[in-house]
Amino acid sequence: MISHNARSSASPPRRLAPLFQYLAASLVALLVLIPLLASVLNGFKSNADLLLRPFALPQTWVWSNYISVLQSAAFWRQMSNSVLVMLGTAVGVMVLASMPAFVFARLCFRGRELLFNFFTLGLLFPITVAILPLYIMLRQLNLLDSLWGVIVPQVAFGLPGNILILRGFFATIPRELDEAAAIDGCSPVSYYLRILLPLMRPALAAVAVLTMVTSWNNFFLPLLVLNSESLYTLPLGIQQFQGQFGTDWGRVLAFVSIALVPTIVFYLLAERQIVAGLTAGAVKG
Amino acid sequence: MAQPSSRVARQLAVSQRSRVRWSQAATIAGFLLPAAILYIGLVLLPVVQAIYYSFFCWNGLGPLEQFIGLANYVRILGDSAFRGALGHNLQIVVLSLAFQLPLSLGLALLLRELGRGQAIFRTIFFLPWVLSEVVTGVIWTLVYRPQGGLINALIQAVVPGAPETAFLADPQTVLYALFVVITWKYFGYHMILYIAGLQNIPAEIEEAAAIDGCSRLQTLRYITLPLLGGTIRLSIYLSVLGSLQFFDLIWVMTTGGPVGASDTMATYLYKYGFQRFQLGYGSAVAAILFLICFSFSLVYQRFAMRRDFE
Repeated sequence: MISHNARSSASPPRRLAPLFQYLAASLVALLVLIPLLASVLNGFKSNADLLLRPFALPQTWVWSNYISVLQSAAFWRQMSNSVLVMLGTAVGVMVLASMPAFVFARLCFRGRELLFNFFTLGLLFPITVAILPLYIMLRQLNLLDSLWGVIVPQVAFGLPGNILILRGFFATIPRELDEAAAIDGCSPVSYYLRILLPLMRPALAAVAVLTMVTSWNNFFLPLLVLNSESLYTLPLGIQQFQGQFGTDWGRVLAFVSIALVPTIVFYLLAERQIVAGLTAGAVKG
Repeated sequence: MAQPSSRVARQLAVSQRSRVRWSQAATIAGFLLPAAILYIGLVLLPVVQAIYYSFFCWNGLGPLEQFIGLANYVRILGDSAFRGALGHNLQIVVLSLAFQLPLSLGLALLLRELGRGQAIFRTIFFLPWVLSEVVTGVIWTLVYRPQGGLINALIQAVVPGAPETAFLADPQTVLYALFVVITWKYFGYHMILYIAGLQNIPAEIEEAAAIDGCSRLQTLRYITLPLLGGTIRLSIYLSVLGSLQFFDLIWVMTTGGPVGASDTMATYLYKYGFQRFQLGYGSAVAAILFLICFSFSLVYQRFAMRRDFE
């Protein structure tokens, strides 16, 4: 930039603009990253060190915070609970949302739009509103304090949005394919299973990834449904750990930093799918 | 389809068509039923039940028999704590629309200008949205801590000997402190929406405006922003609904405190429904929350977003 400036002194603002743009973007990037980096770094500090110099590098690197978290059975149990709930929800949503989406996108019958609107009406029904009766219902079904009690409602509340997204994707597949399949004597069910679903793989991936992120981060529902510590998911575990070791910030931050790792790795691998799912849902909503 | 040359042929055609129709009806039912059961049972029914419970005084355990009419609603509207919570929701709505969305839009426009490094910045900006509210809440509790907190350390580095501020313990500052975290967590989401919207605007239109002598600011004002209208209206819609239902971050960081200074309708509902087990009363709170969100949705979709559905 600087070497160019001498030549283009006629219009310095035009030349400097990119520099300011990069500066502004870098500033925002720093504001995003500093809290995260500080957490990772402060996880390596003793408490006295952390209180006096929160921004500095650790005076002595304290590995015991991280090691104690990695060695605790509770942490790994919470991790596996979160994974189970996440996979169960993703499979449930993919199966149960893609079937109605197929019907609403590819079959013609009277009342189709009405039924579709009925299903997407659920977008206006937040789980906060439903939570008290839902709690009573889960108690009657004996699903309280079990991972199913988290998975099943998560699938149910994931249906409206994902039916909407998947219907949009189903609609992009050319109509001629329907006719070709019908002429070849393909039944709707095998047409859906053997032809459309394989074609829909990118869309299903977007739906699955988005559902997985939402499930992994869900706090409200597990907070109400799960009582036994052995069933806690990671967000509940973190909250409990903070309550338990609230004064021992180094340990809490080590816990949080380790919990960040799978999320960030997943994000870096699946960013494109996450973005695709979000924008598809938003644009078509 | 079938040429009705004779009565027999016509009958045959009708019976064949109806068989096709029946097998299609079975397919439709089979495909819709599993989702419908779950959706009706766990999404729609509970909302109806919440409205029903709201007319009772009920602790959630005994039979539902103490009908009290609208008494719960009268009590809620007379409770200054609820009015405060509703006020906090509205404050978050206003702050989000005034600061968070313009910031997101500005960054989307900025990233579009950048040549190299655009993808890296987008990845960084969107990162907080992927993190859980609990992780975010714990990290920011450290940022705001009076002793050893990043912000207080920064203030003291600039002004040595400045008094420490407990941002989350002071009723004056707590909501703004939370709003900063909300912005940190969600601006990337709206930015992604805007980036997608901007990509749908054909570059030729903006180039044509530039050739016709529009300044960059004029192009932005008269070409880009109007064409982005649908995305902006959608982003406002999602932001308002999200702000009205806010719970997780606040629960992790302050549980609505100090003395209710950061309560929202959702934390208020949680406290009455699950901590004091006043299920009737909590349901009435849910019903009011539902009414507010639902009527906002209807009015907003009817008037603001009508054009976007065509």
